[in-house]
This record gives sequence, structure tokens and C-alpha cells, in this order.
Amino acid sequence: MSKLRSTLGVVAIAFITLTAVSCNDNKKEQNKADGDHSEMSVDGDHSEMNHDNSDGHHDVDKNAMAINDSQDSKAEVILKDYFNLKNALVGDDNAKAKDLGMALTQSLKSFDVSSHSNTEQTELKDIIVDATEHAEHISESDIAHQREHFKILSKDITDMVAITGTNKKLYEQFCPMYDGGSVWLSMEKDIKNPYYGSQMLNCGKLQREIN
Amino acid sequence: MKIFKVIAWIALIAFVGIQFFPTDRNESDLIPQTDFMLVNQVPTSIQNQLKESCYDCHSNNTKYPWYNKIQPAAWYLEDHVKEGKSELNFNEWDSLSRRRKASKLRSIIKQVESDEMPLSSYTLIHSDAVLSKAQQTEIIEYMRQLRGEAN
Repeated sequence: MSKLRSTLGVVAIAFITLTAVSCNDNKKEQNKADGDHSEMSVDGDHSEMNHDNSDGHHDVDKNAMAINDSQDSKAEVILKDYFNLKNALVGDDNAKAKDLGMALTQSLKSFDVSSHSNTEQTELKDIIVDATEHAEHISESDIAHQREHFKILSKDITDMVAITGTNKKLYEQFCPMYDGGSVWLSMEKDIKNPYYGSQMLNCGKLQREIN
Repeated sequence: MKIFKVIAWIALIAFVGIQFFPTDRNESDLIPQTDFMLVNQVPTSIQNQLKESCYDCHSNNTKYPWYNKIQPAAWYLEDHVKEGKSELNFNEWDSLSRRRKASKLRSIIKQVESDEMPLSSYTLIHSDAVLSKAQQTEIIEYMRQLRGEAN
């Protein structure tokens, strides 16, 4: 009987340890999520900006829907989110860029390619899948990582615009210093560097005008 | 004393009970034609290192440790493998477009460079999976070269 009892004890301890280990992991993840969350909400300045921003996003969304439900208007929403994201990186705002990465993920996912030709559809789908992955990573990374992903995202968006076109005038700008030379798109001619932000705000040059 | 006995029994029953929950085992004898090693001329040393350090979570075939036979450890591993494969599956490498390959190569380079991969929770038990500085450089150089070709 005492043998049975001690065996039971050992098993119980093993079980509790294993459970505790797995619970700890869950807790850690939860804490992490909570941490991120509180960081976002404690920063009053940011949440205000975020508020403005998400409103802006919705307005654009609604306007685009109201005026014209064509595919091109969806591409314009993606561009709008991309430029907001770029501006957040120019302003070294990690938390805002996270939210905008999320917004961009949503607008990319709702992009419907059906109005394009078959070859264009294949290309666009490829671009969207790739860009979505980068936008998702941006929504959960520190600012250095966000900028790494922004580089590839910029290439994706440039290639997307080459297919969809846009009614906006865009400027393709180039930073020779970041990661062996990196491109980004802007709606303003003046250089405001999203890869370095305040560290080197005006570093870069205008490479090409679109439209 | 009686209460301990009851708790012990409940714990035992629960522990035994969860052993009956099946997990999806990530195992396959087939190496698809799209495998990273098959479509690229990967030097042997890099092949071995990638298999040792990456393939457990980033391919269709995991070499399971003994504790995968015990719950809840098996659940924990199942989650990791699932997440790893959704980010990158070396077995399905060639099904990616040029654009996607370039993106994945970039991520591989950055993750290895910054010591984020292989995960420290993995190398804790799999000491063979640890990449030395020299091995890191070798992998990064090779991936850079591939990315140059993909662009």
C-alpha cells in the first residue's frame, strides 16, 4: 500500500510539474501580449494619434466605397495605408507603425484582383501574399525589424502600382545607405527618410516620378 | 491524508487521461521534388547543418525526442512545428515564386544573423542545433548568394 502511495506521489508530482511548465509558457505569452497592449494604451499621445489615424483609414475606406467600388479604389486604400505607415517610420513611431501594419494587412487582404487579366492576377496575388506577410510582421515587431520589412514591402507596393496604376502623383525615393541601398514611395517630393527617421531625416534622393 | 490521496488519484487519472489525446505527428518518408536541397546545389556541410538546426520545425519531417510521447509536452511541440512550418517549409521551397523566395531568404539571413533562429528553447535541448559563428557566416553567405540569383 505504501508502495502504491509513493508511486502515486511521484506520478502526481510529475504531472504537476509538466502542467506547471506548460501553464507558465501560456502565461508568459499572455504577459507578453498584455505588455504590448498596455504599452500601447498607456502612451496617451500615441493612442490619440492612432485614433485619428484609424478614423482616417475608415473615412478613406468609406469614401472609396461610396464613390467607386472598383479595384483601383482598393489599391488606393492600400497606398494610403502604406503612406501612413511610411510616415510613422519617418517619425520613429514604433507603436503607430504596428497599428498601421495591421491596417495595411487588412486592406491587402480585401484587395480583389478579379478585374485584371490572368497574368496580372497571378502577379498581383503573388505581390499581395508577400506584402501581407511583411505587413503582418510590421504589426508585431520593434522598429528596426519594421524597417527591414518595410524595404521589401516598398518593392512589393511599387510593383503593385506598376500593374494597378494610381491617380496620385508618386515619388520613388532612394536611400543609398540603408541595407545596400533601399527604395521607398512618397507623395511628397521632399525627402523624409523612413529607414532612419530623425537620425538622418533628409538623407536620400528622388529617383523617379510616377504619373 | 485522505485529501492527498484523492488529489493524487485525480492527478493520476488526469495525467493518464490526457495521454489518450492524439497529436498530429509531423512525419513523412517522402522528400518532395520542391525540397530546398533538391532544387539548389547546397554544399554538404550546409545541408547537414540546416537539417540539424532547422528541419525539425521547418520541414514535413520532425525527428521527435522521447518526451514527445508524453502529454502535455507533445502539444507544446506540435504548436511549435505548426508555427514553424507556416513561416517557412524547406520541403516546399520550390513552390514559392521568385518574389517569395527572395523574401524568405532575406528573413532566413536576418534571423540567423541576429541569433533569433534556431530558437533558444530548441537549442537548450538540441545542443547540436546550435550554430557557431563560423556556421552562421557560412549559411548567411550561401543564402545571400541564392538571393542574388533570385533577384
